[in-house]
Amino acid sequence: MDRVIGLLVNPVAGVGGPAGLKGSDGAAVQAAALARGATARAGERALRALEVIAAEHPGATVLTAAGSMGADAVAAAGLSARVVYTPTSPTSGSSEGIRIEAAGAEATRTETMGAHTGGTETTGTVTARPDTTCTKGMGIDVIGFSATGADTAGADTAEADTDGADAQGAGAARAEATPADSAGAHSVRPKASRVETTGADTTGAAAALVAAGAGLVLFVGGDGTARDVAAALAATQTPSVRDSSAPASPNRVEGHPQHPVPILGVPAGVKMYSGCFAVSPAAAGALAARWISDPTLPLAEREVLDVDEEQIREGRVDPKLYALVNVPFVVGRTQSRKSATAASETAAVGLAARGVIDAMRPGTLYLLGPGGTCREVAAQLGVPNTPLGVDAVQDGQIVKLDASEGELLELLSAHEGEAKAMVTVIGGQGFLLGRGNQQISARVLRALGPDPLRVVATESKITALAGRPLLVDTGDADLDRSLTGYIRVTTGVQSAVVYRVAATS
Amino acid sequence: MSLPVAPKPAVRRFHQASWDEKIIFELSTPGERGVLVSRPEPGVRSAVGDVVANLPVSLRRKKKAALPEMAQMRVLRHYLRLSQQNLGADLNIDVGQGTCTMKYSPKVNDALIRTTKLVDLHPLQNEADVQGILDLIWRLERMIAEISGMHAVSLHTSGGSTAIWMNISMIRAYHASRGEADQRDEVITTIFSHPSNAATAKAAGYKVITLHPDADGYPDADALRAVIGPRTAAIMITNPEDTGIFNPRVKEWVDLAHSVGALASYDQANANGILGITRAREAGFDVCHFNLHKTFSTPHACGGPGAGASAVSEALEPFLPGPVIVRDGDRFSLNRDRPQSIGKVAPFYGVVPNLVRAYSWIMALGAEGLREVAEIAVLNNNYLMKRVLEIPGATAPYAEGRRRIEQVRYSWEELHADTGITTEQIGVRMSDYGMHYWTSHHPYVVPEPFTLEPTEAYSKDELDEYADALTQVAREARENPEIVRTAPHNQTVHRTHEDTLDDPEKWAITWRAYQRKYFS
Amino acid sequence: MTQPFVHPYIPNSAPETKAAMLKAVGADSIDEFYVDIPADLRMNRPLDLPEALVAEQDLVSHVQALLSSNVSTKENLSFLGAGTYNHFVPTVVDEVINRSEFLTAYAGEPYEDHGRFQALFQYQSLMGELLNMDVVNVPTYDGFQATATSLSMAGRMSGRRGVIVASDVMPDKLSRVQDFVSPNLDLVFVPTVNGTADVAAVAALVTDQTAAIWLETPSFTGAVETAIQELADAAHAAGAVLVVGTDPVGYGVITPPADQGADIVCGDIQSFGLHQWFGGAHGGFIAVHDDPKFIMEMPSRLFGLESTDVPGEYGFGDVAYDRTSFALREEGKEWVGTAAALWGIAAGVYLALMGPEGMAELGETLLARTQYAQQELAALPGVELTDSALHLREFVVDFSSSSVSAHSVVETLRGQGIEPGVVIGEYELLVCVTEMNSQTDIDRLVTAIAAVTANAAVTNTQEKNA
Repeated sequence: MDRVIGLLVNPVAGVGGPAGLKGSDGAAVQAAALARGATARAGERALRALEVIAAEHPGATVLTAAGSMGADAVAAAGLSARVVYTPTSPTSGSSEGIRIEAAGAEATRTETMGAHTGGTETTGTVTARPDTTCTKGMGIDVIGFSATGADTAGADTAEADTDGADAQGAGAARAEATPADSAGAHSVRPKASRVETTGADTTGAAAALVAAGAGLVLFVGGDGTARDVAAALAATQTPSVRDSSAPASPNRVEGHPQHPVPILGVPAGVKMYSGCFAVSPAAAGALAARWISDPTLPLAEREVLDVDEEQIREGRVDPKLYALVNVPFVVGRTQSRKSATAASETAAVGLAARGVIDAMRPGTLYLLGPGGTCREVAAQLGVPNTPLGVDAVQDGQIVKLDASEGELLELLSAHEGEAKAMVTVIGGQGFLLGRGNQQISARVLRALGPDPLRVVATESKITALAGRPLLVDTGDADLDRSLTGYIRVTTGVQSAVVYRVAATS
Repeated sequence: MSLPVAPKPAVRRFHQASWDEKIIFELSTPGERGVLVSRPEPGVRSAVGDVVANLPVSLRRKKKAALPEMAQMRVLRHYLRLSQQNLGADLNIDVGQGTCTMKYSPKVNDALIRTTKLVDLHPLQNEADVQGILDLIWRLERMIAEISGMHAVSLHTSGGSTAIWMNISMIRAYHASRGEADQRDEVITTIFSHPSNAATAKAAGYKVITLHPDADGYPDADALRAVIGPRTAAIMITNPEDTGIFNPRVKEWVDLAHSVGALASYDQANANGILGITRAREAGFDVCHFNLHKTFSTPHACGGPGAGASAVSEALEPFLPGPVIVRDGDRFSLNRDRPQSIGKVAPFYGVVPNLVRAYSWIMALGAEGLREVAEIAVLNNNYLMKRVLEIPGATAPYAEGRRRIEQVRYSWEELHADTGITTEQIGVRMSDYGMHYWTSHHPYVVPEPFTLEPTEAYSKDELDEYADALTQVAREARENPEIVRTAPHNQTVHRTHEDTLDDPEKWAITWRAYQRKYFS
Repeated sequence: MTQPFVHPYIPNSAPETKAAMLKAVGADSIDEFYVDIPADLRMNRPLDLPEALVAEQDLVSHVQALLSSNVSTKENLSFLGAGTYNHFVPTVVDEVINRSEFLTAYAGEPYEDHGRFQALFQYQSLMGELLNMDVVNVPTYDGFQATATSLSMAGRMSGRRGVIVASDVMPDKLSRVQDFVSPNLDLVFVPTVNGTADVAAVAALVTDQTAAIWLETPSFTGAVETAIQELADAAHAAGAVLVVGTDPVGYGVITPPADQGADIVCGDIQSFGLHQWFGGAHGGFIAVHDDPKFIMEMPSRLFGLESTDVPGEYGFGDVAYDRTSFALREEGKEWVGTAAALWGIAAGVYLALMGPEGMAELGETLLARTQYAQQELAALPGVELTDSALHLREFVVDFSSSSVSAHSVVETLRGQGIEPGVVIGEYELLVCVTEMNSQTDIDRLVTAIAAVTANAAVTNTQEKNA
């Protein structure tokens, strides 16, 4: 039986990027972007993804939010929208195109059912292109997933999307997706509803989608949207730290129970460090379409990272790890398989963790970094874990949970003998240090001495880098330099990859 | 006005045979017989009595096996119908199965083996009665030795992966003979070497370290330098790699291995483009292997039997599996007295019918012919690459702008981003045009990969037809993605569901399991 | 070279085509494609190979001449077994597997190689009926590999290293198994008693470190094990499994091991429709119950039945394509490669032709002729059987009481066009009888051996008297 997806569009996603504003979080920024003539393209991107779904599942029902938060795009794609959330912002409603009915009601179809989006140029003038100076180096991708959208964000030049966790819903923010552009022959854009949305709307909509039975939340936006969606899911699920008394099973084929409802990002923002985005709207649509009819589609756990955009605009990049989420994950049924492969990314995580545990030594203090792979290490060791923080472990015992930098330094000064930081690859861009695990600071690393790192990651996370190096960014250029070169990454029992490490500076 | 017939369309209107055949158990009719069996003579019966009744009760089968009961021609017809529902290499332009060297398996070689002088030989017969086959195998060994430049050859293994296993087993024995078995517990390979290298090394108990390519797409010598050391038992690499890129620094790699006391093992699965051009010997390798079912033309047989040929240096010769064929003047004998041998790797002396086929293939070509095979395989590949790269959305990652040897691993990454169509879906649709298509080994290092290897066996027109079909499918992905997503349309069966294949409660690996799970 | 080299196997060796293709890719010569191969790695001479036989008729003459000096088991009377068996191959089997579509297919997907998938699914199913087991793999290389893999599965599943070898194992097979499992398993051997397992001794050795008891039936000497259930019980009591290596040729009449507690049944399929091929036609089967714990450890492919978009249409696919490992130990995971699929199709056709009656009759014929040969030979003075176990197809005769070496028996009989068996000890000969050996053939063997032993008796008496 087909499963039901939920769609939520952050209608102002991406508005700030083309405007050269390094992000669009916050009402003032969005207003500024609009003033510069930028147009939100989230609706178009949503439509592109939905068209692919519609081709595979004609007439499928999609749970969604009202107006430009989803229902418009759903209807434009010829699918049935069941609206389960209406934005609470004061001026929400529709100015043209479809009328949003009460939550829970079927949205009427729009009259335009184009199957193909010709161009994605918007009628509004794009006044500024994103800074693409390092997009090649820092772009893309996991197999099927992207750290960046079409307008690829560089690590150092991350543009912002428009969702805005810090947007407060002030009336000034107004994203407008313009009506269909007659210039594109077959181009159909969702009839736009003029809706003001906030981060609270994203969160509220995500929660409503899950409550209404969505098995997959397809969201259109950027890192901020991902963060809001993840927050909503976290609130609806039983939290969090895994029961460490349960026997370690590296081979669970399902995703991690923390967020059993998977999410999938349609890249529309441009600030996308998180690993939960497909490479393109069409790719997201194809994956979601497959998810609908294939209950065996495996899941993988990926990080949601987000940067405080104020910092970016001030020239600093300091993304934090906010959540771990499940995403559908296809590696393809390959012919001529030569060796046993893990049935899923989750199984691969289990094997990588087993591999690195095999090499753990008695008496060594391990600073276990954040991320799903490190959490699996803790689970197999049978110790509690802080998924988004740093824990200190020695001889199979927890020494300190969720340690701050200062606490780590104290531990190290008190510890006799060897100590190592055990880290995994965070986000889609290949960071080992400096993204989401800032507690393992330059000072901590210096205290660890030479060869401070033990790296564990799945093969797919390494191959997804497509040859781009692993990255370190501790803020200490000399230290970063000393960490560059080649490092051994444990990828499984009996297997490792030797991979290049570079410094961002 | 019936003539003239209109010209053919650019792309073939193909439809595969579709017999809608039942499963063989459904064809059973009680009492029918497919073949009768020689029965015990009265004299035997009277001497031994009722042997079945005399079986101990625990050994007497209670119920006859529930095999189908079918007259002979019905069995034949059923299986011939099944045979028609395959896209064998004799029928399709089989360039789509890169890394597998799907070349022409000459019919004469199939005919040559069908003689009672080969079919009805027992491996333990009097050596005097099997001189002909021993002679032939010995000659093939010498030819492989020359083609690789190595010292000695074993043809015992029945596939490529098991040949690599044999090589790692000899490497293990070599280090053990020097007292270094425990010290050397790591094997180094590259991500674009055949995955069998990593898989067999793991099965042999080694830790496997995989190197990724450098920024230019070549195997990363600096990465090798960073990791190789006293724990290294061997480097096990393919060259050219599965990308079709030849590692120009391969000798440096081998020298690095030797400098730390490790051995260098060369997977020559991709040898078809370098026959007579460069050899394992020149690069200094200690051991290599060929797949006779790839480079040396023996048919792929639905997935075997193939045959492996392992070639070794003087230092590794004592570790070869036994027995080995020894020539003394005109006489050939089997030497089983080999104290350092790793022992048996397969029953007897290898897949003998394929050894005769491979021998005949080399004899039909000679030195000049083998070089021509390589050169045309490479020409065909670069020609096909030019055609493929003209298709919008297709790329050839790594070593941009460089020539490739005998195959290329391409990517539909751009097409996928534009359309959501995956490489698997392209492959299914290609079959509608009568073409086989393959993606890549796992993992997909190249996004949305496909791997084409045209070999020397296909004509320019055929390569063009394959490229035309790919072009057509890529166009469909943009203009009519529905037809791609819902493929196949012209195949034996329609879109096959996959939802029970991973569910232990539901999967049906045999007819009896299917009956039990769904009808009882 | 006066003339361009154009070879029938290489279409684009035609000079005009070659030139056109070079032009199309913008290359002046083929050498440009090899620019990455450094000069010091290039061969600077032609390969030193025999003169090519480019005309097909010359090739045919040459290869036929080479092979013609062989003397086959059709020309001699053969009682050779020891791993390769002279069974009858129905003509339809060869007809099917020599079909070009099967012979040259390889890695097609289920929708384009539907026939291959169905043929191999049917092979699995037909073997499953014979073995009374629900899961059989697409064939691996040979019975040696199947056994090595089966034992490795037991090790991975249990996380244990111990394997108790309860039967006489063919030495070559044992060599292969040891080479394969030595990183992960330790074999302990329990001598057989009267040809079959010493159940008490085996049971006494089973501990919580035992991964498997390994039984062979028929054993290397052809002895059929009667205590499978007891051995299975002993294994299961300690959390171990019973691995039974077998040749399935007798299961038309003999109870299959699964009915007596076997967990993994494995062996070779050469007996089912494959000619002897100088020992070059083997395929390995591994059969287990429908239990994911076992299935997930099988490295081979498993083809499963599926539905398609069209009602009533069968589809196929790879079951558990990415095998999730439920293993306690990851070490020693195996690979999948090109192995022996065509032989599996042959074995399937064979079983379909034979049917339940054919397999039952074959089993009876093999048992009867084996016993007949045993009786007749044992009746000769100076010839003894090494045990009194039930034998299928093979048994060992001992000439020690007549002081005739097995070698001399073989040498003498070869002079008469008879291969009497395989020498496995100074006085011990492993004799193999199949349905290809008629009563007349067996009588001829017995008569010839009788002459050798009688001769020896005379010589011995003369020596004693001298």
